[in-house]
Amino acid sequence: MSTRLINWFKFSSPATFYPLAGRIVTWSAVVAVVLLAIGLYMSFFVAPTDYKQGEGYRIIFVHVPASWMSMFIYVVMAAWSGIGLVFNTRLSSMMAQALAPTGALFAFLALWTGAFWGKPMWGTWWVWDARLTSELILLFLYIGFIALQGAIDDPRRADRAGAILALVGVVNIPIIYFSVKWWNTLHQGASVTITKGSSMGQVMLVTMLIMVFAFWAYAIAVSLARVRAIILEREKETTWVRELVGGAR
Amino acid sequence: MFDAFLTLVRRDLVLAMRRRSDVFSTLFFFVIVVSLFPLGIGPEMNTLRLIAPGVVWVAALLASMLALERLFAADHDDGTLEQMLLAPQPLFVLVLAKVAAHWLVTGLPLVLIAPLLGLQYDLSAQALQVLVVSLLLGTPALSLIGAIGAALTLGLRGGGVLVSLLVLPLCIPVLIFGAGAVEANVSGLGEQGHLSLLGAILVLAALFAPLATAAALRVSAE
Amino acid sequence: MNAGSLGEFFEMGGYALYVWGSFGATFLLMAVEPILVRRRHQAILQRIRRMIRLETEVKR
Repeated sequence: MSTRLINWFKFSSPATFYPLAGRIVTWSAVVAVVLLAIGLYMSFFVAPTDYKQGEGYRIIFVHVPASWMSMFIYVVMAAWSGIGLVFNTRLSSMMAQALAPTGALFAFLALWTGAFWGKPMWGTWWVWDARLTSELILLFLYIGFIALQGAIDDPRRADRAGAILALVGVVNIPIIYFSVKWWNTLHQGASVTITKGSSMGQVMLVTMLIMVFAFWAYAIAVSLARVRAIILEREKETTWVRELVGGAR
Repeated sequence: MFDAFLTLVRRDLVLAMRRRSDVFSTLFFFVIVVSLFPLGIGPEMNTLRLIAPGVVWVAALLASMLALERLFAADHDDGTLEQMLLAPQPLFVLVLAKVAAHWLVTGLPLVLIAPLLGLQYDLSAQALQVLVVSLLLGTPALSLIGAIGAALTLGLRGGGVLVSLLVLPLCIPVLIFGAGAVEANVSGLGEQGHLSLLGAILVLAALFAPLATAAALRVSAE
Repeated sequence: MNAGSLGEFFEMGGYALYVWGSFGATFLLMAVEPILVRRRHQAILQRIRRMIRLETEVKR
């Protein structure tokens, strides 16, 4: 037990985490590229044409993974924030900070691809559907988090203020989702039934899962790469960074 | 503890009464925004009646955002806030008192003037009642949630815009149920469900928002 | 694969704009983000190197 504790705290030190993260970045980048290649091949050449939605349904191969990732990353971000707040570990706050732009990117992509899917299927680019609206609010939450951290100069305060905001946001998300859903069912005018899951065949499901894993690997790679940059920015005065950079010259 | 609460509320009210322009600027902002909508949309009464709940509620939301900036700013500048952080009374109670005073000064006037604005939009007497009740339940919740944002952005440049950016997404449930209650009444569906949920949000906000605000104040005032 | 089927492939059964608009945006952004992160990393490395150089020169 004690050794495990020591190990964890060893990796929570930026100096030991930095090279480890570098290795993980390389590996997950490779995995991401390979899986994306397989996933793209399968989405266009293996997955059959949907009998109801034609070729247009292929958009879900990027739409669904992007929206899943956008939600998942927010939860992970809030978890890192909570850990950073409780244990006062600098690295967890840096992780939360590094995840935010990637999460916002996926939230944006989920909206974008949702619009491109909605136009041919529903006839409009935007529908005030409960899921789309919640996704939009999620994007706002990401933007708020990034803006708050950007506005605070003192990194310690930025970490902790961001952490509180992320935790408040994650508590609010279920309430927001519920209220948007309630609001949507009351305004039946724009009601839309989505039958994504029902008609999905085995091949389509496998393709989508491969894309989900590819996006996972991508998110891990890019957020760890960003955390490495953040570590250097924060620790630029320390000797280990000086030795690392000086030695790498 | 309750004494401390009352003392702080009374102090903030006295301070607010000395600087009445702050109170009135929020109120007039609310009135002007609501009165602008017909000019943008057209004087068609049927349309106006339809959008009235949403317009009044969005304006109330924006007005309460506008006022948030000042919630802790003065106390932060003159050092009172640090004394509060050191006080033996739990910060939770002090935050609650500040928010209560803030609401009495900026939220309550909005609630009181809302029926007049509702008349501009030709809402029925019953709908006006529901509007007042929904604002009465909703605006305290807005102040409570907004306090978190105000505490987080304390002393930052561009704090005012930032507060809105942080807090507005979190206020969406209040907006939905608040405006929804009036709409439900207008369309004859019954406002009870919306008002109950609004009440539930208020209770939850009163329980949890001061905790988050207290934590945020400690971070910001460090 | 002949030219006809290639053209058909890009047409996506009439959904070309939507399918390529989605996939294109996704992979464009997923290509841009790593580049931006890499730039940020390089920039901070360069700044630290400059700081080190400056300090050693001052010492001399």
